[in-house]
Amino acid sequence: MKHTLAVLVENKPGVLTHISGLISRRAFNIESIAAGYTEEPDTTRITIVVEGDEIEQEQVVNQLSKLIDVIKISDLTAVESIQRELALIKVKASAATRSDIINIVEIFRASIVDVNKETMVIELSGDETKIDALCQVLEDDHGIIEIVRTGKIALSRGPVPAKDQGI
Amino acid sequence: MKMTGAEAIIESLNNEKVDVVFGYPGGAVLTLYDALYQADFNHILTKHEQGAVHAADGYARATGKVGVVIATSGPGATNLVTGIATAYMDSIPLVAITGQVSVPLIGRDSFQEADIRGITTPITKHNYLVKKVEDLPGVLKEAFYIARTGRPGPVVVDVAKDVFAASFDYEYPTEVKLRGYRPVYEGNLETIAKVFEELRFAKQPLIFIGGGVNLSDSSEELKNMIEQTGFPVISSLMGLGCIPFDHPQFLGMVGMHGTYAANMATTECDVLLGIGVRFDDRVTGLLDEFAANAKIIHFDIDPAEINKNVLAHLRVVGDMKWSIPALSQRIKLVSDELKEHVQSWVEKCRIWQDEKPLSYEQGDLVMPQAVVEKVSQLTQGDAVIVTDVGQHQMWVAQYFGFKNSRSLLTSGGLGTMGYGLPAAIGAQCGLPDRPVILFIGDGGMMMNCQELAVAAEYDLPVKVLVFNNQCLGMVAQWQRMFYGGRYSHTSLKRSTTDFVKLAEAMGVKGLRIHKPDELDRVLKEALSISGPVVVDIRIPEVLDVLPMVPSGARLDQMIIGGKEG
Repeated sequence: MKHTLAVLVENKPGVLTHISGLISRRAFNIESIAAGYTEEPDTTRITIVVEGDEIEQEQVVNQLSKLIDVIKISDLTAVESIQRELALIKVKASAATRSDIINIVEIFRASIVDVNKETMVIELSGDETKIDALCQVLEDDHGIIEIVRTGKIALSRGPVPAKDQGI
Repeated sequence: MKMTGAEAIIESLNNEKVDVVFGYPGGAVLTLYDALYQADFNHILTKHEQGAVHAADGYARATGKVGVVIATSGPGATNLVTGIATAYMDSIPLVAITGQVSVPLIGRDSFQEADIRGITTPITKHNYLVKKVEDLPGVLKEAFYIARTGRPGPVVVDVAKDVFAASFDYEYPTEVKLRGYRPVYEGNLETIAKVFEELRFAKQPLIFIGGGVNLSDSSEELKNMIEQTGFPVISSLMGLGCIPFDHPQFLGMVGMHGTYAANMATTECDVLLGIGVRFDDRVTGLLDEFAANAKIIHFDIDPAEINKNVLAHLRVVGDMKWSIPALSQRIKLVSDELKEHVQSWVEKCRIWQDEKPLSYEQGDLVMPQAVVEKVSQLTQGDAVIVTDVGQHQMWVAQYFGFKNSRSLLTSGGLGTMGYGLPAAIGAQCGLPDRPVILFIGDGGMMMNCQELAVAAEYDLPVKVLVFNNQCLGMVAQWQRMFYGGRYSHTSLKRSTTDFVKLAEAMGVKGLRIHKPDELDRVLKEALSISGPVVVDIRIPEVLDVLPMVPSGARLDQMIIGGKEG
């Protein structure tokens, strides 16, 4: 089963090295990892998606918690949460195929952020399966040149922030 | 107070009450060494950075204080890696201060540059790269605090060369503020109550002690609790010494080379109380079948140890100094009841002990087990024993009559050959008035033999007993048992090294034992010499450490051997 963890860490140099070093050393199965600043300037928030059973998941949390730079970990799988990923997709597009692509984009509520003679760039945010579905359609009908995805970020619903949540 | 970064480090070490550092100078730490010139504490100059880090480790294990090692950038720092990993695996508190190239040169593949922070990330409890002199006092304060608190471990502080020279207004912080590090010393009393209930109704309970008891200096509390229960006790390699070897409840070491009684008791117990243990593969044998009938109760200070290897039915996270007395509080009320309750189980364990005790045959040559027993007898178990890694390490674990905690210093987790000699030197620096005796093989001796000179130069009276079997004994044993006797590169018969001459060349007294009838006399002579001594002891080449649980087998599937064959 997949777990989405919100990991709050000190915003200091070397923190990502410590996190990635630990994941590598303990051979944890990490599906995605996304990091960014938060409302507090000295805190970075990392969203990690872990694949594994309860015991493996517990080890990931316990081992990450041991890192001095890790302030707090909360498991967003255990609470109601909003989960999103952002993707930019560069797709082959000629004058003839453009309108079909625009149709697809509208169905998915994606947006077009760049157009030129041969390609279009589509931006989509949503859950993983929605992005996968759009990519599939575009690849099958038009051909994709390249994709970039951020990895999942997540936020709990309700007023309690991750820093005040139990694990 | 105005001072340079280098002076600030010396001052911070003074504030941490450091009495000795081990190190080796070089380009990036020249400014630091210039400040060390006037320092009040001692600096031991080893012959190799690896020697320095193992010495700091031996010092830390023997004294319980934080060991400090200094090395220069690049190769100096990378030479510490094995020693840092050794300390990490056994949870030993170390602070390693390394020089780094100047800030403007970092990342440019400069002369003697290595990313020691990146390199040591998986083998340290924490590490730092200091690029601003103002950060130094806070970082050092944190480094010592992190190294010695919670589950101890090594911390690397990498300092850019220009930071040593920069001056600033120094003030040592009085406290540490770390949002993400709050070791839990006191756990949940409700769980202690549950543990008590499990123990109270167990029919075949077993107490399994490990290195955590040594590290937390709670052997007195442990002994007290154990005697209240009357339960049989087994130990990991790292737990040896926490209760006396000849204690009537002690069944010996468990695991790959554990005693018959300890391994049988583990296989058949119905409750296993693990205290400060990490269920290493050398202990558990085939993991799925380990203590298969038992409910496992796990006491540890590190929550990440729970359910890492063995699933625990009950977990007690906290310092042994808290958890053991907390359990004692309850047990002492029903002490007699418990002892009564486990009588037949204790009897069963005693039968296992009598049935197949540790034993060995005598031969024409000196038997290594006999040497260990003799040293044990001559010192009455009251010495700091250091080992290297291999067969001799296991014979020491099996046959030495340990009496006190912190009396066996050995690389248990990483199994580092070459650890013994520098570790013994470090231990002797920390405990100048205690006898320090090193058991080492002829293979391991050659890995860091240069450090013998340090023993001579600083007049550190370590007694080095070389078990010379002219081969890499443990590897050869596996080749004999599992690789059809093909001794691929484990024979040392080509060796032209004379350990007596080697010792004398470095200014250390050298002695030799050829025959069993020389053992008593020469060992007594060695122990009576006031300075360092090397004794070259010729032991049989073909000899197995037994009992042995083959890798991946169940604990009760032992190859027994010994007198009964």
